[in-house]
Amino acid sequence: MSGYRISSPDTGVRIDPTKLLNFSFNGRTYSGFEGDTLASALLANGVGVLGRSFKYHRPRGLFSAGLEEPNALVTLRQGRRSEPNIKATEIELYDGLIAKSQNCWPSPKFDLMAINQLAGNALSAGFYYKTFMGPNVFFNKTTEVWWQFEKIIRRAAGLGKASLEADPDIYERMHAWCDVLVVGGGPAGLIAGERAAEAGAKVILCEQMAETGGSLVGSKDLIDGMEGDEWAKACIERLKDHENVRILTRTTVQSYYDDNLLHAIERVADHKIKPDAFEPRQRSWKIRAKSVIIATGAFERPLVFSGNDRPGIMLADAARRYAVEYGVLPGKLISIFTNNDTAYHAARTMADCGANIKTIIDVRQQVSGEIRAIAASIGAELLVGDAVSRTSGLQKISAIHVGHFNADSKLVAPSTHRIETDCLLVSGGWSPAIHLTSQFGGTPIWDEGLQAFLPGKALQNWYGAGAMAGKFGLANTLLSATDAAKSALKSIGIKPKKLKPPIVNSEEISVQPAAVYEIRRAIKKGKSFVDLQHDVTSEDVRLAHREGFISVEHLKRYTTLGMATDQGKTSNVTGLAIMAEARGEAIEDVGTTRFRPPFTPVTLGAIAGENYGHLKPYRLSPMNDWHIARGANMYANGLWMRPETYNQSGETVEQAYIREAGAVRKSVGLVDVSTLGKIDVQGPDAGEFLNRIYSNGFAKLPIGKARYGLMLREDGFLFDDGTTWRLDENHYLMTTTTAKAGPVMEHMEYHLDVVWPELKVSLVSVTDQWAGIALAGPNSRKVLEACVSGTDMSDKAFPFMGVRDGEITDIPIKIARLSFSGEMAFEVFCGAMHGQALWDALMDAGKAFDITPYGLEALSTLRIEKGHVAGPELNGRTNANDLGLGGMVSTKKPFIGSVLVHREALNETGRKQLVGLRSLDGQKILGGSHIVASADQAQPGESLGHTTSACFSPELNCYISLGLLKDGRARIGEKLHVTSPVRGTHGAVEVVSPHMVDPDGRRMHG
Amino acid sequence: MTRYSAFEVIKNAFTGNKGWQPAWRKPEPKKSYDVIIVGGGGHGLSTAYYLASVHKITNVAIVEKGWLGSGNIGRNTTIVRSNYLLPENTRFYEKSMQLWRTLSHELNYNVMFSPRGVLNLAHTPGQMDLFAERGNAMRLMGGDAELLDRDQVARANPGLDVSGNARFPIEGGLLQPSAGSARHDAVAWGFARGADLLGVDILENCEVKGFLREGDNIVGVETNRGEIRAEKTGIAVAGSTSRVMRLAGIKNLPIESHVLQAFVSESLKPVIPNVVTFGNGHLYASQSDKGGLVFGGSLDGYNTYAQRGNLPLVEEVMSEFTAMYPAFARLRLLRSWGGVVDMSMDGSPIITKGPLPGMYLNAGWCYGGFKATPASGWCFAHTIANDAPHEINAPFSLERYKQGRPIDELGAGPTPGYH
Amino acid sequence: MLIDCPWCGPRSVEEFSYRGDGTLKRPALSDNSMNAASAYVYNRENPAGDHMEIWHHGNGCRSHILVKRNTLTHKILSCELLGPYSPKRKKKK
Repeated sequence: MSGYRISSPDTGVRIDPTKLLNFSFNGRTYSGFEGDTLASALLANGVGVLGRSFKYHRPRGLFSAGLEEPNALVTLRQGRRSEPNIKATEIELYDGLIAKSQNCWPSPKFDLMAINQLAGNALSAGFYYKTFMGPNVFFNKTTEVWWQFEKIIRRAAGLGKASLEADPDIYERMHAWCDVLVVGGGPAGLIAGERAAEAGAKVILCEQMAETGGSLVGSKDLIDGMEGDEWAKACIERLKDHENVRILTRTTVQSYYDDNLLHAIERVADHKIKPDAFEPRQRSWKIRAKSVIIATGAFERPLVFSGNDRPGIMLADAARRYAVEYGVLPGKLISIFTNNDTAYHAARTMADCGANIKTIIDVRQQVSGEIRAIAASIGAELLVGDAVSRTSGLQKISAIHVGHFNADSKLVAPSTHRIETDCLLVSGGWSPAIHLTSQFGGTPIWDEGLQAFLPGKALQNWYGAGAMAGKFGLANTLLSATDAAKSALKSIGIKPKKLKPPIVNSEEISVQPAAVYEIRRAIKKGKSFVDLQHDVTSEDVRLAHREGFISVEHLKRYTTLGMATDQGKTSNVTGLAIMAEARGEAIEDVGTTRFRPPFTPVTLGAIAGENYGHLKPYRLSPMNDWHIARGANMYANGLWMRPETYNQSGETVEQAYIREAGAVRKSVGLVDVSTLGKIDVQGPDAGEFLNRIYSNGFAKLPIGKARYGLMLREDGFLFDDGTTWRLDENHYLMTTTTAKAGPVMEHMEYHLDVVWPELKVSLVSVTDQWAGIALAGPNSRKVLEACVSGTDMSDKAFPFMGVRDGEITDIPIKIARLSFSGEMAFEVFCGAMHGQALWDALMDAGKAFDITPYGLEALSTLRIEKGHVAGPELNGRTNANDLGLGGMVSTKKPFIGSVLVHREALNETGRKQLVGLRSLDGQKILGGSHIVASADQAQPGESLGHTTSACFSPELNCYISLGLLKDGRARIGEKLHVTSPVRGTHGAVEVVSPHMVDPDGRRMHG
Repeated sequence: MTRYSAFEVIKNAFTGNKGWQPAWRKPEPKKSYDVIIVGGGGHGLSTAYYLASVHKITNVAIVEKGWLGSGNIGRNTTIVRSNYLLPENTRFYEKSMQLWRTLSHELNYNVMFSPRGVLNLAHTPGQMDLFAERGNAMRLMGGDAELLDRDQVARANPGLDVSGNARFPIEGGLLQPSAGSARHDAVAWGFARGADLLGVDILENCEVKGFLREGDNIVGVETNRGEIRAEKTGIAVAGSTSRVMRLAGIKNLPIESHVLQAFVSESLKPVIPNVVTFGNGHLYASQSDKGGLVFGGSLDGYNTYAQRGNLPLVEEVMSEFTAMYPAFARLRLLRSWGGVVDMSMDGSPIITKGPLPGMYLNAGWCYGGFKATPASGWCFAHTIANDAPHEINAPFSLERYKQGRPIDELGAGPTPGYH
Repeated sequence: MLIDCPWCGPRSVEEFSYRGDGTLKRPALSDNSMNAASAYVYNRENPAGDHMEIWHHGNGCRSHILVKRNTLTHKILSCELLGPYSPKRKKKK
């Protein structure tokens, strides 16, 4: 391409020629001006070939001036901030910008993968499906040939390269609401926004570019007597003065969700070399709008002809924009090929900017006198009824070949003219940007006059304005936008103030194109591209038709038409038109596919917002700092962090937990149990409610006593377990497992609200309000005796399962005599803010007994030895009987699960039952091992069950485990094997009762 | 019908690709068939194919409301795996894996089955044990599974955050090397072409409006293209199961329809070598041959028949994805879409005779239906042809719920949205 | 989606968790029928169209709300408080 910067100061309204910016593209340094896009700057520097196409690796140049760009994809920035697949047209130039071409090697001008072009027609749509199966000679008939080819194909496919370094930038999320959301800051959006603002509505206006104005930027059309460009600037200033208006520039509304929730992305710092300190790179806006005005304009479409992808071929209006907005002309000798009048408008504007428009080829058989006059006024030769049959040039375009076009056969006659040109502008009509309206399911409606899809029925409270709604031309646009504002305001009960649109004085140009999409040649030579980025040709579309892929969805999926990063913004309608022609049907009968969010590609980090780098909060116990100071290995337990072991120097985790557990059994230890779920249950019906929630009896629990309870799901399987303490006549404190704290709370709330609203019970989650410490070991009572005041700690006064109030160093506490470890043990609860003080006091009181803090591993070891179940046994598939807890399923009362728990399948033989396993060969038993009969590691045979929780038992001095074993209780005494093929272990075990230590519970009662 | 081969592709390249014929016919419905399959999605098409190829029942019609493959076969994340814990599931999905491996040959259609491995990440030693339990279950049933430590995970997956600073640091993972992905649409088209070649009539744009009954028996369907009779009618309509079954008077099923969203990024050079799932939350990601990162997460979580979801889930998925791959935070989401999935009460499917005489039901695929496509059709065809389930699908009965024999892989209980 | 919580006013769906079919009636405590219990636990009408369903305002007032919502369009047609303060319960008294 031979683009260049216009010297006239009247053009290039977006740029500031006094501010020179240097940038690098493919390793070469260029300069541009502030206000340029990378695209306009490259164009001004005459850089024509920007990249290579996806499949054939054909050279490609700039095709558009906006986010519809199919060709000019680059990798922007470097290192941690490197971003692949960015459209040069949407990159605002900044000093020091670095970009490079992608999908080509070694360079876009000379790309070795262009060898794909030689394969030509063999790489047509669907060719993958027809080959690479490989010869059917492998005895196993697998498709190993494809597996090998695929690796090569994967490497060849793909566009840019992803960085492997973490993105250093931050993102943020905003929640906003408004009466009227205006999408688009062109003439329609501006006037609609102003009408809404004047009426007092809270307005948010989003414009994707750095400045509002849209098609008015650089416009000389008169609105209320002002030049369009000036009017737009005045309008936005007036809007800014309204307190009830928020204007978001560089903000693209991407997605339309239920109940008028729209998602927009603001590119806060993408126009800088990097964000300022603490500045988010992008901001995600979740906008809840009472009404929406969609004024997103329209995209120009190209025409399809042989060689229509050559660098130097560009959309006509894009060229106009480069001239007017950036002061750049795309070529020195320009030709235009069109099927409609709008290209003439572009031609004249460009000529005004100094462009040399040599020829206009109009595929229509007739054009109006006015149009002819425009061509004449700019000195362009006008060829009516002709078409471009092909293009030539080494890489960039150097000439077009023009012949007579037969409107009936859609064939172009052999060329009669060869026209030298370095730039061909094409215009094939306009497609309104109806994406947002379609995302929500409104089926687009075909407009025969415009040859375009218009928005379908509004399924939410939105109103279309301007070109998006099929209202082209400035006067029409402003009228439709005023009407849209009126309707939007009315819909939300706000009275509009001004009803009339501004007075426009501009020439109205018809946008109705001839229904010509493709120019075909009698001899099929060269490729005619429909989808430039995915290299889908018109022959591919016809091949899809020939093979029966005729529905629009099949067309899209079989050819990949419209599935590239531009999502077919310039190619969809053309593809449909060619399919419709092949089917011999009207386009409206062929239909279109639904647009899917987002409107244009969105940064993943922006959607994550603050969650990028902060996925979930940590939950920390009140004693967390102490644990860390003590050198604890912290272990993630859901969102909680808990001490796994407190390693002493040189200790392994295993050594540490064996020491800790041994210390508990020998003397006393303490463990932080603050993470247990705690629910405060109060009310006159609290006892009755608990009796329905738990499978065992709770009706007769006395005040001052705790009870271990089992909760079933309604289907009879186990849900959770824990202890509940009766504090008073109508007051209970329930504890749940750490993992199920939330689900149990929800389960109980559901039953109170939905199932038994007549019960007078209220629930509060108090997990975070209570700190909890369990004290276990034969000396645990002595430690408490030494520090507790206000309650008698003697065995008689404070028996097993008792609950008492007391104080430790003035801290009010609740003590329950419960045991998870099987030792004499107590749980001591206090207000969370006193947790550390209580912990310190207990450590202090325990000094005399060599008190040992213990972590999750020792906690687990102790309960495994004792045969107490926990998460790995309560896996959602076990029932009470499986775990030997059948006695806790009451037959005397109804409760949740009481009917279905008695189903035969839950109680039949062959179910896996809880057992203990003792290693017979001194080998470690690993969690997740399976239990098998065979001693042969190589032939382990079928699985009879698996280990659930395993440890070394300091008490038994061997490796043990709990396990779920088929008919396990009947197998006690058998010698079996535990095998873990994924870890390569296999060992002999004896099946024993799960209650491996102190089975009759003397210690905890003693 | 031309056999597909590299030779044919090259030959056609020289003749302007004029030699290709429709991949399947577009016949007019006959008055009656031996079997009608309602639903021209992956499972319906594979059922018809195996009825014809294995059981030699070729007088079969597939009736499809819209275009062939318009359901979840065309809107999933294309993952193929059999990394299950429960033996009922392992047996069934291993059958599917077996069929996948030879499917392209069998159908003479490259479905691009790609055994690139499926890796489940684990974040705690406890989770490693759970994965070991599952991996061992797979190994003991003859499948392949490897437990990887963090270094092994890191070596194969350069973009993953394997640092200790991650919110949920990666401890290791469970890899099923033989698992992978396939090209979803090609599976539908391949089965369609294969079934069509064997004589099956694929009737697109043919919507079932009601069932024909003789007494209690279902004897065919009433469609917008007329009545079609058959002795046996199989239903394989995934998210539409409750709607279609209601036409037969079945008002209650252990199924809820939910939307599952899926996402694809812009196209990139290869960067995710296999299928990776995050272990804390719910997220799975892979990269298509075209280069797009394909990923998804949980259900939106409410009953719906709309093929679109809402923003909160999109935010959750992107949060998890960028936590897993902080290097990919700058990549961009190209497109999102939603599929309506038939969530069953235990997360496992139903492939059964009944519930009415003359009727057969294939449903409850939750979000795992794609990988099941071959085995689902194979088992369903067996069930229809023999009037009894194969031993592989016998556990997937409709009665199992009432009986208390759920196949609850996650142990999540009878709440469809939790599976 | 926007759920009009009777306590808190209209709130975005992410504040709520879904608790499923709102037409289910748990069999009475005295009812020992396996059929009734299994229908309650496993059977769903799963209509395409208006659906009565329960949402829990977990990140809000924690009440349960009976919502009538169309499963084809996601349009919410009504929201009603459940539990002890439900207007329906008051009427009964």
